[in-house]
Amino acid sequence: AEVEETLKRIQAHKGVAATIVINAEGIPIRTTLDNSTTVQYAGLLHQLTMKARSTVRDIDPQNDLTFLRIRSKKHEIMVAPDKEYLLIVIQNPCE
Amino acid sequence: KTQEIFNCRVNEDVTEENCFTLIKKEDIIQDLKTRAAISDFHPVKKVVLEYPGEELLVVFDAKFQYGQNFYLVASEEAKENLLKPPETAEEKEEEKEENREETLEVHPYTPPVHKPWVSLGSEKEVEEESVKDTVTKIKYMISRERRKFGAPITFTDKNASYVKDSYVECTSYQDKNFSIKMLEKDVGVQMVPKVREASTQTKWTYPKNTTTQYFPRQLSNEEKEENLSSEKLKDFLTSVRLRMEIALQQNEIMNAFFDDWKALAEDESSSGGKPDVYLKAYQSFTDLRYLKDRTISCICWHPTIYGIIAVSARKRLSHEEQVNLSDKSLLQQSVILFWSFFDPLHPQLILECPEDVYCFQFHPSDPNIIAGGCINGQVVLWDISQHEEKLQNAKPVADEVVMTAVNMVNASILNIMYSTEPPLVRYCAVSSIQHCHKKPVTDIHWLPDYFEDNRMGATFENRAEIRMQLVTCSPDCSILFWDAPATKLPEQSSSEKVKKDEIFYMPPDVPDTFKHVDLCWKPLIKINLCESDTNTEYSPVRISLKELHYHYKTSEKLQSLNTLEVSAKESPYTEMSTPSSKNLKALQNIFTDFFVGTEDGEIVYSDWIVEIDSDSAKPHTQKYTIHTETINTLQRSPFFKDIILSVGGRNFAIWKEGVTNGPILQSSCSAGRNTAGRWSLTRPGVFFIGRDDGNIAVWDLLKKTYEPSHLQNISKSVITFISPWISSSKQHFLAVSDDLGVLHVLEICETLSHPSGNEHANILDYFEREVKYLKHCEQEFQEYQELQ
Repeated sequence: AEVEETLKRIQAHKGVAATIVINAEGIPIRTTLDNSTTVQYAGLLHQLTMKARSTVRDIDPQNDLTFLRIRSKKHEIMVAPDKEYLLIVIQNPCE
Repeated sequence: KTQEIFNCRVNEDVTEENCFTLIKKEDIIQDLKTRAAISDFHPVKKVVLEYPGEELLVVFDAKFQYGQNFYLVASEEAKENLLKPPETAEEKEEEKEENREETLEVHPYTPPVHKPWVSLGSEKEVEEESVKDTVTKIKYMISRERRKFGAPITFTDKNASYVKDSYVECTSYQDKNFSIKMLEKDVGVQMVPKVREASTQTKWTYPKNTTTQYFPRQLSNEEKEENLSSEKLKDFLTSVRLRMEIALQQNEIMNAFFDDWKALAEDESSSGGKPDVYLKAYQSFTDLRYLKDRTISCICWHPTIYGIIAVSARKRLSHEEQVNLSDKSLLQQSVILFWSFFDPLHPQLILECPEDVYCFQFHPSDPNIIAGGCINGQVVLWDISQHEEKLQNAKPVADEVVMTAVNMVNASILNIMYSTEPPLVRYCAVSSIQHCHKKPVTDIHWLPDYFEDNRMGATFENRAEIRMQLVTCSPDCSILFWDAPATKLPEQSSSEKVKKDEIFYMPPDVPDTFKHVDLCWKPLIKINLCESDTNTEYSPVRISLKELHYHYKTSEKLQSLNTLEVSAKESPYTEMSTPSSKNLKALQNIFTDFFVGTEDGEIVYSDWIVEIDSDSAKPHTQKYTIHTETINTLQRSPFFKDIILSVGGRNFAIWKEGVTNGPILQSSCSAGRNTAGRWSLTRPGVFFIGRDDGNIAVWDLLKKTYEPSHLQNISKSVITFISPWISSSKQHFLAVSDDLGVLHVLEICETLSHPSGNEHANILDYFEREVKYLKHCEQEFQEYQELQ
């Protein structure tokens, strides 16, 4: 229930197009998109997050990745990593 | 005299025999001296002087042997020779004579007498040959100590070349004087290919995967549920939420990546300066045979094939004739012509119509099906799939020999099919005359294929994609929904079957796509536009439905034409036949409101859904009378679903759905009549209005809202139809047809076709402002009324 509420709150923000929760192995748990797109996003972003995290830790082992934002022409992908899960939100920034 | 001196007188001293006389040299010399030149010896003076002897011999030559009488013997030898031999000869003669006379005479031996040696020059030679010492010989005496003699001595060898100057040699050198430089040499050359043997061997490495096929791992539903309810996820989400919300809010607040410079530049270009606005004439098409005395009533671009445009022609009628349309027998064949950009002289395809076609449309998903509405109220269908390929390769007319069948009912029509003629396509199906409109069909639209109406009037989602439904409206106050299935209807009443037999023989080259509905095609739903309480009837001319969204299957994404709004607002009193149950999902969200423009210039806005369980008795129908004449255009904006442009008579108006006070924008009455209007497909605030003086007025809402931003004259006669089209990202066309039957294709210039950056937002703002202003005006009016 709390999980639902939190996710609903995030989805209620202006411009949010999709929300995906994936586990540590990159398998989607919860999503608002259709299956094929979700799987694609999950696989790609999972790898990217791993790469980003290893980059940050390589530079400074005490450091860790907290947030990843990818801004593209059409929308912005925001990734919040954690030890076991990953939250991905795709938003259309207001223009 | 000389002879006397020297005693050699002829025949006295000297005779023939004794011809010699010795004369002393001295005597001669004496003689020479005394007598100088006179002397006979003068010429031989030299000889005489040189004569070494003492006596000279003068010989008397009686026989003139030498040419003279006397000759002088110059030398001793000769003298001797002469003296002696003749003597010897004489002697021999004498001897001979003597011998003859005497027998022998022994010569006395005289020992050789020493003669003085006469040098003949040989001593010189001897002298030369003898060797004499020219240089006195030098004598050397070398002495040495005695003890050194005979002493043992050792000899060593020494190479002479080691010691400098120990020897002098004259080395041979190449004297360049004697070497001949060869400047040219003939050499033979032979090319031989070099052959080299080599070998390679590939290494067999381990096999590697080139492709991998995989499928993503997915959790089963139970696992998902498990995960969702786990504590870990809750903690995760709580911790992550804050970060995410910050980021989302940041994006909402402002766009950090907005390029102000770029935006500034765009604003500059759109507001400042006067860019060249024009419509460039691209091509114009006309045909003398089919379009004589005809006007073009409708233009449609072929949705998929580039450069194909179809026009429908109908007879030019004056106003009175148009009003009282009767079935005149038209001598000329009514046609729809297909033009191609590549061949402006010959139409590519001709569709035969039973009557003049007022309007027609291509089917959204299958551009080979064309539906048209005729002047007598019938709806006609064509199927041009046979000619699709020809249209696609539209070049100057190819020779096509179309086989005509033997038994033709309308042989006269089909005889037109010569080999050089564009093919004439007969219509496939015509609606049944009893059930169609009574007046000309003025507007026809295909309904989008994702919903269809059933007999109830409720809209359902359309599963099969080939289902086609049409909406037609006509000034006989009715709107008809037609259903034209591609496959045979499973249920057919017997009456229909009977009617089928009455179908006359169709020419075999007409595709029988719609054969089963030909002449018995009935509309699905008929909606009468009349209001119950006031009993007024509306005669719709144009209809605009909200949800019509045509997506033609083309390669470019630009081709999603928003469907022309067929607004048919009918009163809720519809005549409906018995419903048939279909197990399809009922769509909830489809808007079924529509606008309709009537013959009298009214705009009516209503809803066709039957409100079975509604409480309100009066359906919400809005009616606006702005235009004074027949509405000729009613079109929704391709960018905004609820903005509608209506053109009729001397003015036009822009409406917003939901705003019931009145139009957002209403133009002032213009001098001429506006006969056609269309929104631009690319710029939200631009639309084109056609006038009756042949002008096209381009309105740009961002620039001026009180007058057109650009006016361009296209033709001399009334403009009957405008149709914009996007063929490619660079080519935007505007097809304009006029009353003379000429189709002008114009190219829209870039300023008119490319929207500026935030034009959409600007136009939206403008409309919203107008709406607010209207509301404000209304409020003020109400307040004013209250005050009074």
